[in-house]
Amino acid sequence: MTTLQLENLRKQFAPDVIPVKDISLSVEDGEFLTLLGPSGCGKSTLLRLIAGLEQPTAGAVKIGGNVLNDIAPGDRNMAMVFQSYALYPHMNVSENISTSLRLKNVPQEEIKRRIANVSEKLGLGHLLNRKPSALSGGQRQRVALARALVRDPEVFLLDEPLSNLDALLREQVRQELKELFKSQNKPVVYVTHDQTEAMTLSSKVAVLLDGIIQQLDPPRRIYTHPANKFVAGFVGSPQMNLLTLNCNQNKAILGDYGFPLPQKGQSAKMIDMGLRPEDIHIATPEDELTVEGHVFLEENFGREVLLSVKVKGSDQTLRALIPPDDEWDNENIKLGWSHRQMHWFDAQSGERIEAADSPVLAS
Amino acid sequence: MEDGGDGEDGGEQTTTNKQQPANKNQQPTNQQPKMQKDAIRQREQRTGWILITPALLVLALVFAYPIVRAFVLSLFTQNLGTELEPVFSGFTNYVRLFGDGRFWQTFGQTAIFTISSILLELVIGMVFALVLNETFRGRGLARTASLIPWALPTAVMGLAWAWIFNDQYGVVNDLLSRVGFIEDPITWLGDPVRAMIALIFADVWKTTPFIAILLLAGLQSIPQDLYEAHKIDGANPVQSFWSITLPLLTPQMLIALLFRFAQAFGIFDLIQVMTGGGPAGRTEMISNYIYATVRRYLDFGYGAALVVVTFLILIAAVAITAFLLSKTRINVTGER
Repeated sequence: MTTLQLENLRKQFAPDVIPVKDISLSVEDGEFLTLLGPSGCGKSTLLRLIAGLEQPTAGAVKIGGNVLNDIAPGDRNMAMVFQSYALYPHMNVSENISTSLRLKNVPQEEIKRRIANVSEKLGLGHLLNRKPSALSGGQRQRVALARALVRDPEVFLLDEPLSNLDALLREQVRQELKELFKSQNKPVVYVTHDQTEAMTLSSKVAVLLDGIIQQLDPPRRIYTHPANKFVAGFVGSPQMNLLTLNCNQNKAILGDYGFPLPQKGQSAKMIDMGLRPEDIHIATPEDELTVEGHVFLEENFGREVLLSVKVKGSDQTLRALIPPDDEWDNENIKLGWSHRQMHWFDAQSGERIEAADSPVLAS
Repeated sequence: MEDGGDGEDGGEQTTTNKQQPANKNQQPTNQQPKMQKDAIRQREQRTGWILITPALLVLALVFAYPIVRAFVLSLFTQNLGTELEPVFSGFTNYVRLFGDGRFWQTFGQTAIFTISSILLELVIGMVFALVLNETFRGRGLARTASLIPWALPTAVMGLAWAWIFNDQYGVVNDLLSRVGFIEDPITWLGDPVRAMIALIFADVWKTTPFIAILLLAGLQSIPQDLYEAHKIDGANPVQSFWSITLPLLTPQMLIALLFRFAQAFGIFDLIQVMTGGGPAGRTEMISNYIYATVRRYLDFGYGAALVVVTFLILIAAVAITAFLLSKTRINVTGER
């Protein structure tokens, strides 16, 4: 049973360069944690702190309760897959895979057995004598994975391992990765800026911005209950509609329309409303909330059409994802959604405002 | 450009082969674009030849002509005995060369000088490069400063070293006697072995920066994440040096060795200024011997034969290194 724990981890390079500010979390056996965030959010630095390639300014990295801060990367028994794969160009595949074992003076027989094992699992058997430069991108990626797997490490660290693959291959390798790490049953920390990878692979996701965890939750909850405006805007594609609205007597005003505020007796003048394009549809008579407007842009994805709609009486835009066989009038489209699908955020802090069980819902 | 992709293609070869039967039906339509492509390539080749003709002409004038001229001259006897008139004598000069003790002596001395100085330069240059590759305060200044010896004219720094090693007034003797290592001054340049050591020392001092900069460029081309991956694999810095740095630096080391070999084998100015080939010709190098043969003894035919033989030795060395280099390229990057 291994638990990877980070306690108040901080990394400061210069007085105003603090890629990791204060991060605490834990990953259990078999858990797949994804660090998700835009570039520069500190996710790679955090991974390097865990690996021991960087020393934390403050805080601790622990495995099973033991502090690892003073332990060299090679003695932490963690395997890391690099974004560039970092394959040794002058060694062939089998030498690449076995480097860690040879450095630890594992007996030859054992090395051979393990190489055979892992190369069979990843389908690298026929490539063992090739140099990395004679491999395709997908093959190199698998060699990098094999190099991590062969060590049988306590923790797996992966730094954007799919970002150098083309879209089709990425999807396929993503599935393979998921199966592979399910069978390993070890803590996995995975860094990516790709929300699809984060959503599909992880058992939990840490969304990072400016060296701080914005939200740490299972992927589903990140999607349904974004903790703040940043997470709401970052996760989900196409991006969530985020509109800053004026408030007037328990109502948020959008053009000619008013929506009940999430909590009664709110005094703020402004509030941010979030609404996912996929939660909006062509209004039906049963809809509680509707707006009218005109379509000024149509983007066809094949499976759906993304409509950009100017709401009547306002110059703000709502984007709605509509099935292409629905019918609508471009000049005067009527869109609908339900209360439960609305997200509210404090206009100042950006924090999520949970809708109280308001009478609006009851009515 | 077209060949560059070969290494990559190796991986996909099996797939392309499989696809070929499917493409066979389309061949008639494929043929025409291919013909056009050949025509374009031909035209490009023609333009290419036209563009490099001026350069080839210059090369022919300054390289090919002197080489051919030297070879022709080496087949003639042209010295004071023939009143400086060329007289055809076939390979007499070459036969004479084989029995020429002074030639073989200078050849041996040149070899000793060349091998010891380039090996020392490689080791010390590697140390310099590793130090200069680390980040520290004032690294830029250190990098520039380390190049100064290399930028000095050899004759000037040769004179300086001659004074430094001077037995009466030299700094070396002064320091050694102050520290108490010696009582009587050492005649550095008056003893065959010590004179050779002094020459090698001066040459190493001057050209180590060149190798250091070459190796530094090589070091900087090694991706940092290879070292990080190796670290995570459990390697210490010494192990990383042997199994990452050294193998990936082989091309630069061979290039440095090649450059330095050609330079050191033809060394002339440093010897001329510091020892004049003495004592008793024991530090005379091939170049100095050739110079003496031609300019002092006015034996042009034999001098040309010496030049031709030295030239061939150098060519052989370059060819061997180039061969090794092409081999390591394959080893290091897998590319051809």
